[in-house]
Parts: sequence; structure tokens; C-alpha cells
Amino acid sequence: MKKESTAVAPLTVSGITVAYQRKAVVEDVSFTLPEGKLVALIGPNGAGKSTLLKAVLGLVPSISGSVAIYGDTYKKMRSRVGYVPQRESVDWDFPTDALDVVMMGRYGHLGWIKRPGRKEKDLAMGTLDKVGMADFARRQISQLSGGQQQRVFLARALVQEADLYFMDEPFAGVDAATEKAIIALLGELKRAGKTVLVVHHDLSTVEEYFDHVLLLNKKLIAAGPVETTFTPELLHETYGGKLAIVSSNGREALVKQ
Amino acid sequence: MMDFWIILTAVLVASACSILGCFLILRRMALVGDAISHAVLPGIAIAFLMSGTRDSMWMLLGATAFGLLTVFLIQTLQTSGLQSDASIGIVFTALFAVGVLLISLNAQHIDLDLDCVLFGEIAYVPWDTWTLGGTDMGPRAVWMLGITLTVILLLLGLFYKQFKICAFDPAMAVACGIPVLLFHYLLMGMVSMTAVSSFESVGAILVVGMLIIPAATAYLLTNRLGVMIGLSVAVGIVSAVAGYLISYALDASIAGCIVSVAGILFILALILAPKNGLIARFARRRNIAQVV
Repeated sequence: MKKESTAVAPLTVSGITVAYQRKAVVEDVSFTLPEGKLVALIGPNGAGKSTLLKAVLGLVPSISGSVAIYGDTYKKMRSRVGYVPQRESVDWDFPTDALDVVMMGRYGHLGWIKRPGRKEKDLAMGTLDKVGMADFARRQISQLSGGQQQRVFLARALVQEADLYFMDEPFAGVDAATEKAIIALLGELKRAGKTVLVVHHDLSTVEEYFDHVLLLNKKLIAAGPVETTFTPELLHETYGGKLAIVSSNGREALVKQ
Repeated sequence: MMDFWIILTAVLVASACSILGCFLILRRMALVGDAISHAVLPGIAIAFLMSGTRDSMWMLLGATAFGLLTVFLIQTLQTSGLQSDASIGIVFTALFAVGVLLISLNAQHIDLDLDCVLFGEIAYVPWDTWTLGGTDMGPRAVWMLGITLTVILLLLGLFYKQFKICAFDPAMAVACGIPVLLFHYLLMGMVSMTAVSSFESVGAILVVGMLIIPAATAYLLTNRLGVMIGLSVAVGIVSAVAGYLISYALDASIAGCIVSVAGILFILALILAPKNGLIARFARRRNIAQVV
């Protein structure tokens, strides 16, 4: 692990506001991510979770606010950031195979002219193996299941060897095997001291998978450790009336309506 | 010698178009290629009027500028909320109309025939030669196409990985620090250059066929981008050569024959492609039916 990174927070967002055609989708959001934690970004549909992520990465313009990554601009720290977009964001009929997609994760390191070679191929192959996809390396990507495609995307982010990861709904519509693979990976990233921010949908698994939560509904409702922040009161505030809390087995369970 | 120049011209058009077509198809921008090939007309006309000659460099510059303007206008209309197909339709027809107007208003100054603009006349290519310091350097179209193809090969050779990731996942490309917009306009600039240099040979309508059909045929036949580009060029060149020979035998339009051959090759690929072809799909369905 790099020493200088322990001093500054991996991500500090200050007063970010994003608007699509004059309608604010994300309003004045500020937070700081603690180093080496798995953080869930949760909130109802249309709360601006993906938009916030994209604004931090500069993929959509923000009308105000600033972002610091390890205390510096995103532009300078880009190589320390890995991004896993939503699976639907690309055309899976593109003529390429799993290994090739993973190698794209190295393009940022290669600079302008250098082409991916032996080293990139080996790195990509090793990472595919980590996500349990080594046997599918040469498979055309449209012939992979949804879960397998998600694992290819994860591998592509891992091969970037970043310190801070953003994942946009990696658990959406995946099979049980993929879910397990993703959890194992998140655990491994955490042990390696990496910080991961995950847009997450399934409230029932938040406590099990994550250390910290950010509750978002256009504005940031709360941010903090799961134990103190993932509470029925704050969730009610985030989801409004769309949430029912059912008590089962003497333990509270959350049900989205 | 005439035959040689015509075939060489056709092969150069086919190669340049087939390579770029792959990226247009994968980025779902086939129609933008169509738009550019029409919208460069006012650029050509203005270059004519300003320079007073058929100097190729002026035409290349003027028309490439208009090609980029087309792309820019289409995007501006789209971001202001208009549907993308409507934006394309408005921009290229309006610009094409300006071109037609300019040519018809200045008919005595511009020796560009509107029929030729639409359908091209590759048979005239050998006579329109470029003379440098009194020496005959060969057909002008061959020089323009040669320059265009060199630019394409150079840019794609150097920045293959960037063009590829911009086509597959632009968001990821941005996150990697790749200037996506620059590569977008580079691609569009190359399409414009190709449209202009192919203009006199195959015309505004058939150049679209050369951009799209070989690439679409190759897309059906492979799962790898590099192979797709190679196959696309092969289909383009076979269409060019076979099309010329057929037109010779039938005494028919050369460009028409070339694009027709490309169309036939596409239909063959559609039927016979090993994985996605109609026959393969039918066989698969029957196998499944038998198992069930």
C-alpha cells in the first residue's frame, strides 16, 4: 500500500449539484469516504445515485461543487480510480471477447501510442481467473450470461489496479454464483486496503456486505457506518412512504413497496 | 491502362470506406455516414467558387470542414432535445440543398454535373489527371483517395486502441482519460475526407453503400474487431473488382454494379454465416426441436 494515501481521504465531495435540463437531480451533496471501507450508496429509484457517481467521475457535468481524490483533482488521480459502469451501458454484440474487454482496463496505463501486449494479456488473464471466468476468456461477450458479463466488467476494473473503485449496481440481475464472486472480490479489495463505493439496490444485504452507507434522495440524507446510519428512521426519511418495515424472527427486516 | 486506373480507384474507394464503415456500424452511426456524404456538397461547391479550380486540396479541406460541421450541428440539435433521426434528416438535407443551390446558381463557373454528384462517374476518372510542373501525375481521384487512405491507415494504426474503446464503451474511455470527443471528430473527419474523395467516382448515394455494406457483411462473419475490418476490406475489394468486370460485360453503370455485388455478398453472408446465418439458425432450431 502506498504510504501517502493513508493521510488523505480517498474521496471528498463538496457541495456537488447536477442538473438535467434545469431540473436538479443531485442537490448540494457533500461527503468524505473513509479509506479501506466498502461503502453502499443507496436510495430510491431516481434518487440520482448513478448520476452522482458519474458526476464524481466527470462523465456528466456538475453545475457546482468540487471533487478531491486522494486530496487532488480527479484528472491527476485518474490512474488510482477504477469504474464499473452499469452492464446495460455497452453493446454486448460488439465483436470482441472477454479477455479483450478486460485488457481495455489497461488502456489508461498504456498512454497514447503503446499497444496492449504480452504483459497486459497476462494481467487480464490472471484477473479473469480471479473472478472465475478464465474458461470463458475467448468467448464472444454476447454469449456470456448476465452474471458472467458483470464479472468481466469487474475484472476490467480490477486490472486497472486502482485504489478507489466505483461500481454502478454490480449486483443488479446477476445469478447467485456471480453475487458470491462479487462479494468475495469486495472482501479481497478491502483486505488490500482499497476503498469501494457501490451503488446498491437490495436493502436486505446492506448490513451483511458493507461497512458504511450513503443515503441519497437528491440530497444526501445521511452518511456513516452501517450500525449507526442504516436505521429505520433514516431509511424512512430516504425512501419516504415507499418503505415498510416488517418485524420477523424478532429482527427488523426492510421491505421496499 | 484505363481499366487499371478505374479498378485502382474503385479498390481505393472500397478500402477506405470498408475500414471506416466498421466503426460507423459499431457506433450505430451508419446514418451519420450517409448524412456526411451528402452534406459535404456545399463544401465542394464553395471550394470551387473560392479557389476557381478543381484543386483537390481545397476540395478536401472545404468538404471535410462541412463534414465536421454536419456532425456538430446534428449533435447540437440532439442535445437541444430533438430525436436523433430527425436531427440527421434535417441537417444533411438542408446542407445538401444549399450545395445543389450553389451549383445550379453558378452553373457556368462550376463544371460539376448534378447527376455526377449523386451517382458518380468512375469511368471519367482516368481523364481527369493531375499535372505537376508539366508532367502528368496520373488521375487526380487516385491521388486524393491515396492520401485519404494513408491518413486512415496512419491514424487507425497509431490509435487503434482508442478508436476501439471509444466505439465499445465511451464512458470507460472517458474514465481512462482518453479524449473521446477528439477521436469522435477524427473519425468523422476521416469519413468526410473519404466521402469527398469518393464523390466523383461513386457519388453521394453509392458511397453510403460502400461505407455500410462491406462492414455489415463482415459483422455477420466474425466476432473479432480486427478480423471484421480485414473481412470488410476484402468484401469491398472483391465488390470493386467483380463489379467492374460485370459492368464491362453488361455495359452498365460501374458504381451501380460494384454496390450491387456488395449487396449480393451481404445476402450470401446473411444466409450462410456460420453462427448468425439463416441456415445455421434454422439448423439449430431443428436440432433443439428434435431434442425436445
